[in-house]
Amino acid sequence: MDMLRAIARHPSGRIGAIIIALYIVAAILGAIGVTPHDPIQQFRIDRMKGPSLTYLMGTDLLGRDTFSRLMLGIGQSLTIAFSSVALATLAGTIIGLFAAWWGHLWDGVLMRIMDVLLAFPAILLAMLIVAIAGKGTLTSVAAIAIVYTPIFARVVRGPALSLKQRDFVDAARTFGSSQSFILTRHLLLNLVAPLTVQVTLALAWALLTEAGLSFLGLGTQPPAPSLGVMLSESKNLMQQAPWLMIFPGLAIMFGILGFNLFGDALRDILDPKTQGRAA
Amino acid sequence: MTLLSVRDLHVAFGRDPGANEVVKGVSFDLDAGKTLAIVGESGSGKSVTALSINRLVDFGGGRFTGGTILLERTGGTTLDVTTADEAALTQIRGRDIGMIFQEPMTSLNPVHTVGAQIEEAFRLNRGLTGTAATSAARDALERVRIPDAAQRLAYYPHQLSGGMRQRVMIAMVLASNPRLLIADEPTTALDVTVQAQIMALLAELRDELNMAMIFITHDIGLVAGIADDIMVMQNGVAVEQGPIDSVLDNPQHDYTRHLLNAVPHFTFGNTVRSDGNRAAAAPIVSVDNLAVRFPVRSGLFRNRTGAVHAVDGVDLDLVPGETLAIVGESGSGKSTTARAILGLVEATRGQIDIQSGRSGRPVQMVFQDPYASLNPRLNVEALLAEPAIAAGQRVDAKLRERMIALLERVGLTRDALTRYPHQFSGGQRQRLCIARALMLNPDVVVLDEAVSALDVSVQARVLDLLIDLQREFGLAYLFISHDMAVVERIAHRVAVMYAGQIVEIGRAASVLASPQHSYTKRLIAAVPAVARRRQHFTLDATQVPSLVRPLGYEPPPAHWRDAGEDHRVRIEEPA
Repeated sequence: MDMLRAIARHPSGRIGAIIIALYIVAAILGAIGVTPHDPIQQFRIDRMKGPSLTYLMGTDLLGRDTFSRLMLGIGQSLTIAFSSVALATLAGTIIGLFAAWWGHLWDGVLMRIMDVLLAFPAILLAMLIVAIAGKGTLTSVAAIAIVYTPIFARVVRGPALSLKQRDFVDAARTFGSSQSFILTRHLLLNLVAPLTVQVTLALAWALLTEAGLSFLGLGTQPPAPSLGVMLSESKNLMQQAPWLMIFPGLAIMFGILGFNLFGDALRDILDPKTQGRAA
Repeated sequence: MTLLSVRDLHVAFGRDPGANEVVKGVSFDLDAGKTLAIVGESGSGKSVTALSINRLVDFGGGRFTGGTILLERTGGTTLDVTTADEAALTQIRGRDIGMIFQEPMTSLNPVHTVGAQIEEAFRLNRGLTGTAATSAARDALERVRIPDAAQRLAYYPHQLSGGMRQRVMIAMVLASNPRLLIADEPTTALDVTVQAQIMALLAELRDELNMAMIFITHDIGLVAGIADDIMVMQNGVAVEQGPIDSVLDNPQHDYTRHLLNAVPHFTFGNTVRSDGNRAAAAPIVSVDNLAVRFPVRSGLFRNRTGAVHAVDGVDLDLVPGETLAIVGESGSGKSTTARAILGLVEATRGQIDIQSGRSGRPVQMVFQDPYASLNPRLNVEALLAEPAIAAGQRVDAKLRERMIALLERVGLTRDALTRYPHQFSGGQRQRLCIARALMLNPDVVVLDEAVSALDVSVQARVLDLLIDLQREFGLAYLFISHDMAVVERIAHRVAVMYAGQIVEIGRAASVLASPQHSYTKRLIAAVPAVARRRQHFTLDATQVPSLVRPLGYEPPPAHWRDAGEDHRVRIEEPA
């Protein structure tokens, strides 16, 4: 509750939270079928209509309502972003914790693998993975998760290394606490704050990477709408129907903006230096 | 001739200066060549008062809400520091007023040699360049009694010991011949023998240069020998000020009396505890020929080229109900010995026997820093439950009753259970750590500098608590400390460690009253004490030998002699 109040007080946090909330509502409404029009049905007489009261964001080449498709597309993109970031967080946290805790060879091997993954640009690596594993929603989730795992491994490993040296971990050893107890209670619990910030920021990147993959035809497959697919479909109609490009583009931009603002606010709020109490 | 005159100084912090006044009307005068000691506990406003004089307090967000600070400058003009502009302040900082801080490592730039940094000070303050600056820097190092000054100019700060670094800081500050030197706890981070060297140096330099000094400290015993006047501060108010002898011999204010009583006075073994009786019992912990070595690697293939002999051939035993104090300076191996007994570091060699006691884990530990040894994200109930969970107990009503009983026993209330560590003061946190160590009903508690981080009055109460708990639960303490006065108060026996080895061990009364080993003598001579304030300290620049040894090095066998009943001394080998 304190957390929510603090975000509501933070100026950019408030904006970020509102944007994210709107996107989630749109995604849920789209998923349960509460859209202005059927997003798949083709209204042949109303092809390539500009924005109007009937079609808020116009229609595409096949006469499908852009607004309805956008709601579904947001849902699709958010689902992929959330699930891939969840996987990346899980894998990255485990790898980072193990590397920090066991050190030596484990640390060397695990972190060098992470370095190799980090050496490639995110979208390139994701494309490579999809090219090997075949295109589709599931493989793009896996690809995005793999691409962002090293970032989480690094975010966890650094603080975990310093936490491992802290007196309270030594104290736990003198009680005879088990390794799993120390890892969860003393290390992981103190990593919640940096991880939360990282998750929010990673959601923004994952949204962008998913859009990129779909735009290239490697992610979500038509006719299912996703923000990247919609952009891709609009690229040949840029002159005749600019709204087809503008609205999905704005949706991607505001989504990333929302997550970034929210993440920055979380970082400010969770930073012990701005809290005015000892870390 | 008044150099500095402070009248009714008020300093406040934050957005609402009226509500956050830290210094509330302090006045004092300081003459050239005289020393004023400002004494108080943390939060008393002593540092803020001193930082106001060169307006460094501005950078911490402080603001003047009243009063004047008149400083007589070189040439006889007088400046009111509270209203001076930044240009004038830059002039007086460094030139008229020099300052040294507590931690010399953070005040020196790690990427420049100390020579370059001292030369820089001479260039800025006196306009010296080239060989003139170099020779001035060498002279400055010689003036602060650093041996081989010419070679040391090429050293980087990390290559020097803490005491050496503090001397380099003093050399830099003296580059401008300041008329006033502000020293903010300059020896708190240093070992006691090094502290005595720095204090003696400061006193000599003050007399040589006819410099005024403001000395900020929490340790009233430390300044007794060096100060002319003393000002005791509490909650932003100077509760008592005057010439040092009259304040120390005839304190008027309750708080001054309280401070003087709370500071453990070292009395050369005259006030040791008399309740110990070790003849009857078998030892619960016995350590035989313990060695802990850390490998040193170097070169391309990280070959082992030597080892740090942190602990080398330590024998000791501990019987139920007694306190064995291990004293020594940083790097002497006293903490490593304790950590080896607890299994936190691996022993390279030797035998540690611990009798099975009242519980599965008979040895527990209380750490130095009460802020670092409690996980900030767990509440007190979870913190106290941890040892029990580790021992396989269930967290139920019975366990909670034990927690409450222990909390009340260490002087906390039951509503502490739902609170988090940051809601407690340092002393309360250390009480929490003690309660946590007692959760499993141990036989032995290792106290690693357990009261060193606490304010003196809190320290005294925690020590009393520890002694009561020892009697009540029949605990044996392994008490690790650098503070001889604290050791005298709690120890039955004392072991003195130097360079990884025990050099003297025995009854506290005997070791502290008639030290035999030359190191023990030096250690005891360096203890500051109100009672010895007229004694003159001479400079002693003995350096601790390096503990890094080549591969395969074995220390020469130890020979011991008896110096009385239960008092053994290691025979010193001629170097």
